[in-house]
Amino acid sequence: MTNRRRAAGPLLVIALSSIALAVLDASGQSFWQGLVINLGLFIILTVSLNLTSGFTGVFSLGQIGFMALGAYVAAILTLPLQEKAAYLPDLPSWIAGIHLDQLIGSIPAGFLVATVIAAALACVVAWLVGRVLMRLSGHFVAVATLGFLVIVRVVLFNADSFTRGSRTFSNVTPYTNLWWTAAWALLAVYVVWRIKRSPYGRDMFAQREDRVAAQAIGIRVMDPRLLAFVVGAFFSAVAGSLYAHFITSFSPTVFYFDLTFRVITMLVIGGMGSVSGSVLGAIFIVGLSEALRRVEDSTLLYGLSSIVLAVIFIVVITVRRDGLLGQREVPLDRLFDPAFWRRQGRPMDTAPERDQSP
Amino acid sequence: MTDYVIQQVVNALSAGSLYALMAVGLAMVFGILRLINFAHGDLMMIAAYLAVFSLGAGLPLEVAVPIMVIGTVAVGLLMERIAYRPIRGAPDVAMLLSSFAVGQLLQNGTLLTTRLAGKPTLIAFPSPEQLSGIISLGAITVPRVNVVSFVAGLVLLGLLTLFVTRTTLGLSMRAAAEDLKAAQLVGIKVNRVVATAFAIGAALAAVAGLLYSVQAGQINPYMGFTPVLKAFIAAVIGGFGSIPGAVLGGFVLGFLEVLVTALAGIGDLLPQGSVPPEVRTFLQQWLPSALASYRDAVVFIVLILVLLARPQGILGRRDAGDLE
Repeated sequence: MTNRRRAAGPLLVIALSSIALAVLDASGQSFWQGLVINLGLFIILTVSLNLTSGFTGVFSLGQIGFMALGAYVAAILTLPLQEKAAYLPDLPSWIAGIHLDQLIGSIPAGFLVATVIAAALACVVAWLVGRVLMRLSGHFVAVATLGFLVIVRVVLFNADSFTRGSRTFSNVTPYTNLWWTAAWALLAVYVVWRIKRSPYGRDMFAQREDRVAAQAIGIRVMDPRLLAFVVGAFFSAVAGSLYAHFITSFSPTVFYFDLTFRVITMLVIGGMGSVSGSVLGAIFIVGLSEALRRVEDSTLLYGLSSIVLAVIFIVVITVRRDGLLGQREVPLDRLFDPAFWRRQGRPMDTAPERDQSP
Repeated sequence: MTDYVIQQVVNALSAGSLYALMAVGLAMVFGILRLINFAHGDLMMIAAYLAVFSLGAGLPLEVAVPIMVIGTVAVGLLMERIAYRPIRGAPDVAMLLSSFAVGQLLQNGTLLTTRLAGKPTLIAFPSPEQLSGIISLGAITVPRVNVVSFVAGLVLLGLLTLFVTRTTLGLSMRAAAEDLKAAQLVGIKVNRVVATAFAIGAALAAVAGLLYSVQAGQINPYMGFTPVLKAFIAAVIGGFGSIPGAVLGGFVLGFLEVLVTALAGIGDLLPQGSVPPEVRTFLQQWLPSALASYRDAVVFIVLILVLLARPQGILGRRDAGDLE
């Protein structure tokens, strides 16, 4: 099958989504726009957690810590000078002078630069932390990364001169819109999908399935794990920056366990190891949460949505541990492959793709 | 100075025995099932709510405590039956995640119940007379609840030791923790042993929940999260899956926390002329008073160091650590 034909399916989906986004953008329906941005953020988070944890089996509970890092670093960087002087008077002078609020035409280039800087910083932290923590496995890495999350939270609460401590960090310019979110989400999905089909991705899955066997045939354990951790941290921080410039005011309490658990739910329901599964899991849970939130608001039964999500989670773990798709993908790349449609009764590609054409 | 040290030691012993009570429950379940039950902290929360409601209904402490313990044990057993038994033997991480979901369920179930009962999310804990006030011995004054916590911890852990060393059920529990399959082969009923571990863990968590709430003065549906993290650290430091290790780890953690709090800002606290100025500057630089608010971070850094350097903990078995 030609590359052009393989690309046709995904491109069709991207084109249709772009048209839908353009319609939504023009409609001025701020509720639906907000919901779609929220969905985009969760897609980025779930896909990056899938890379970090689903691909490698090294379960990280610290991902939201990187998100928090991205949110605070990017927000501090884009804050205009006067606001910075008013809200963060104790910033060290070399940071206080930075203000990435420049526009090129109508494009907030400063926001893009700030997001990339924040994400790069998250990568450095992830590399340092990962070199130590990726040696652990199973429960222990989960709890050690949870420790990382707690440490980030304690630092956010106490580093007053950078984060305003427990007070709300506000007056962030609302740069995040549908297009920024969609573009970053697309990039995250593409990068993670490419990693899955790359030799690195195969190493990740191999050491996840059987570490000793993988090591015995010369597959490194540390390198693929670290790569997954660092790239996952990059996109989590991007999601953090997008979140900060979307919600415009936030405090450290947001970046804690509830959010972590929500992303994990999306990942497990979609299938650990499936990129398209993560996207579907995010769509399902964001949609369901929104519907349940409305029920909560009208019946005043607060807590109901979390209860329903927890029950769904327990049922999925008990009955169908692989989630919706397991490691498989929705075969978008074979949408225009006549041979695929001739085969009956196999809507998903059950075997991993062998073809490695670039 | 001596009074200050003694007071801090009592604080450490009190905190340590609460951590130990919690950590033992985690360790017993982990020893048998290799499950880190993060919902264990929520049992503590359930106990606190049961205590608030029975004390609020005008029941005396002697009646409220049994109601609280029995109710919490029932929740603990239900949790095992519904959420953990069906996935027994699943990969470690699946069980861990399931316990997070159980925790969410208990927290939000409590939230929903209190809302339906017309109560606020944050409830002041009505400290019973027997647990409030202070005890003073000469110049030393300590809150009564701290002393009660330490004594209660000591008594309950002593009873637990008798149980696991002197009774058949206790011995089968240790056998199951040693080797689950072999224990099954010699006729030990695993379901009964697991249920016992959950029941004992829940009962200890209930007592810890009551004492913790008296110390905190208020309760909310999410109060179990930090204590279960601390209990987990205690269990890891002591050696995961080992009951004596969990107790030891609890007290080590209690002392560590008090030490961090007490050492923070020590450079400013020392009397004039007691140390050379260079030492004082050094202390002010490396142990600033702001360190106290970083206590939880310090504790987790210790946890990570233990996991890396000695994953089997102080008393644990070598095979408890699933490491490279």
